[in-house]
Amino acid sequence: MRTRTANAVLVTALIGWWLLYTSLACLSGSVVSALGIDHGSHMGASLAFLLFEVPKVLMLLVLIVYAVGVLRSYFSPEKTRQILSKFPEGVGNVLAALLGIATPFCSCSAVPLFIGFLTAGVPLGVTFSFLISAPMVNEVALALLFGLFGWKVAGLYLLTGLAVAMLGGWVIGKLRMENHVEDWVMKVRGSTDVLDSDMRWVDRLRAGIEAVRDIVGNVWPWVVAGVGLGAFIHGYVPTGMLASFMGKDAWWTVPLAVLIGVPMYANAAGVIPVVSALLEKGAALGTALAFMMSVTALSAPEAILLRKVLKPRLLATFFGLVSFGILLVGWLFNLLLT
Amino acid sequence: MLLEILGTGCTKCKLLHEAVLKAVTESGVNAEVRKVEDIAKIMEYGVMSTPALVKDGKILVAGKVPTPKEIASWLVA
Repeated sequence: MRTRTANAVLVTALIGWWLLYTSLACLSGSVVSALGIDHGSHMGASLAFLLFEVPKVLMLLVLIVYAVGVLRSYFSPEKTRQILSKFPEGVGNVLAALLGIATPFCSCSAVPLFIGFLTAGVPLGVTFSFLISAPMVNEVALALLFGLFGWKVAGLYLLTGLAVAMLGGWVIGKLRMENHVEDWVMKVRGSTDVLDSDMRWVDRLRAGIEAVRDIVGNVWPWVVAGVGLGAFIHGYVPTGMLASFMGKDAWWTVPLAVLIGVPMYANAAGVIPVVSALLEKGAALGTALAFMMSVTALSAPEAILLRKVLKPRLLATFFGLVSFGILLVGWLFNLLLT
Repeated sequence: MLLEILGTGCTKCKLLHEAVLKAVTESGVNAEVRKVEDIAKIMEYGVMSTPALVKDGKILVAGKVPTPKEIASWLVA
């Protein structure tokens, strides 16, 4: 496809997206009415919520995943490594956390990435900043937060997530724990070439479509299930029921949320809609976000994978520090927001 | 030719393995397909995103699963 044709298709698709997105509320309302269900009933409230939220969240997800997919075609782990190996700690931690958002990453390749970074001379702490940021501050989490809670919450999640990644990695660097990396890791002799990717603009647009197919194709059932559960709570669970034991006055809910969230491995998509429903019924935002961060940033399977390259003390330090950071974020949110 | 699939056993690694086998059968090229699951060996190629496909020591793709058709086009080239 030629560049001009591709751009024309892109612009048309964006306009179509916008028209559909802005008329969703109207469409879902008329569907409920057409089915002859009373808007005031439990059933009506749940159904209207479901019919509006599912397409809304999915559409946002498609748009953001597409944009990030195109953006990511400019990045690769190899390029990121090359950049990071040139900066000292401090600046390196900041860059690593930021690049963690844009660099394609899957927690299944955390180990090769870890080794690849270290052997190319990226400092240990900087490598950790990247490893914390990449799974936690991702486009799926941000798209869903934006769709369900608005840009303020998404922005706070972005900023505090980055802060946890920067500071967590920086502290690990300061602890000088290089000798707690498994000995064989530093003996690996790998090539540090940057794979040439000669992509044209059309290829990048196509990379966006591939990202949508890949990511949205995988997470959509979670979104539907999550919002579905949310819709049920929206219609049936009395408002304020959770406030008594998940509200902001109960300080211990944040550590409890982190404790439950850390071992769990789930998709951000599956967690967020449930969290949104809990919030609506009075659970505190800080508690809910701490739960989400701990689910996405840390997990038991990841610990097992990383154990191959980290000695127990470094692994425990990594998990301890990140959990502690998330704990602080949770308390901070509960303190600042009402 | 020798085709190596680098990956530590993730879902996508299995998908890539299947796609490569299909591409080989369909294009009819004479190739040996081998899985490389040892992380130290994988790192020798400098690959940081798994799965990756290597043809006679040269990295063809890393971090994603191409279609059998795409793979086949690289095999005959």
